Amino acid sequence: MAAENAGKSGLAGALGTALILGLATAVAVGFLALTHSSTAERIAANERAFILRNLDDLLPRSDYDNDPLADIVYGFAPELLGRDQASAIWRVRRDGRPVAAVLQPITPHGYSGDIALLVAVAADGTLLGVRVTSHRETPGLGDAIERRRSDWILAFDGRSLGDPGSEGWAVRRDGGIFDEFTGATVTPRAVVSGVHKALQYFALNEEQIFAAPTGSTLEPIRPAEPDP
Amino acid sequence: MSTHDYRQTFADGLWHQNAGVVQLLGLCPLLAVTTSLINGLTLGLASTLVMLGASVSVSLARHHIPREIRLPVFVLVIAAFVTAVDMLMSAYMDGLHRVLGIFVPLIVTNCAIIGRVEAFASRQPVLPAAADAVATGLGFTAVLGSLGALRELIGFGRILGELNPAGPASHGGLLIAILPPGAFIGLALLVALKNYLDQRRARGREASSAAIVESGAA
Repeated sequence: MAAENAGKSGLAGALGTALILGLATAVAVGFLALTHSSTAERIAANERAFILRNLDDLLPRSDYDNDPLADIVYGFAPELLGRDQASAIWRVRRDGRPVAAVLQPITPHGYSGDIALLVAVAADGTLLGVRVTSHRETPGLGDAIERRRSDWILAFDGRSLGDPGSEGWAVRRDGGIFDEFTGATVTPRAVVSGVHKALQYFALNEEQIFAAPTGSTLEPIRPAEPDP
Repeated sequence: MSTHDYRQTFADGLWHQNAGVVQLLGLCPLLAVTTSLINGLTLGLASTLVMLGASVSVSLARHHIPREIRLPVFVLVIAAFVTAVDMLMSAYMDGLHRVLGIFVPLIVTNCAIIGRVEAFASRQPVLPAAADAVATGLGFTAVLGSLGALRELIGFGRILGELNPAGPASHGGLLIAILPPGAFIGLALLVALKNYLDQRRARGREASSAAIVESGAA
């Protein structure tokens, strides 16, 4: 009984208590390991399906004939891709020739935390499109960056590093060409800057991205001109 | 304590001692997720599941948990169930998990759960503990759902929008309902409504008993 154990003083009581706490932890760990092993496969499949859904939205399957999710190189560039570890870049090909690359940058300057993006760049440097895969922006304000909430994210389609030029890659309030939302400037500003940096990364690494062997990590690079 | 009053348990959990509008517990998830009906309901049901698992486990082990480490053990049990529910949702309710993902771990911080575990489950047999968890959880879910529906309706001008992504992503509503202040105002309205209903019932009871007294006198 609990009361007896609490009454015991000294080392024996303390050890018994510690033992029980350890036992409880072991049971909890076992329970979680079991849950994890029985769900991990499904979670990975869901993740893949989610990415494919987004990918289908950005480029039609008839445009390529490889499996982009298996044709991967890893890019590491904290300043341009926003992640402090290497992230996967999917290569999209048709008849072995590069069609596009899909980057997964993170922009850390959102209103609340990181905004994860999927940026599809055609081999010629034109944006095929951008999607937000996860964010914590204010519902009703910042979440208009989601495709299902508004058309805003489509403003990137067809843009490139030279169109609209580096001053144009900003929201209107900062002198750029992209709209901000009423009551939310920080969120679109973060997304615009994240996409712009991803394009810079692509421009600096274009050859490597398509030429590097599958599964390799690209050499870290320094940006040619630091973003102001 | 052999015959437990289950009716009372449910009346308390769902109404008289409702975690959301009477005890004002679990405000963190309550205010954060209730931007739509489906968000509120899902998080409420997830909390109920955690509460049920934690209450049953603690009740089963109640004779073996020393008093001085009971809180760490309770937190451990609750955190384990929250993590499990998080994984299960990610595996089997992927779409909703993407919307609610960051709020599911917040269930750990719901003091309504540790409150019931400590005050009730750790002192009661398994069945009453389970009933209490379900009653408290459903009461909490009802508040989350109502608040979610209220805010979604006023803020977005639609209901169950997530289930119909092709529908208009209307922003025509009153935006403040979706923002944090809307959560507080909405909750206050629900509390007021509950108190109003209670008062009206009490007055009705007084009136009818007064009528009986009068007719008896006449």
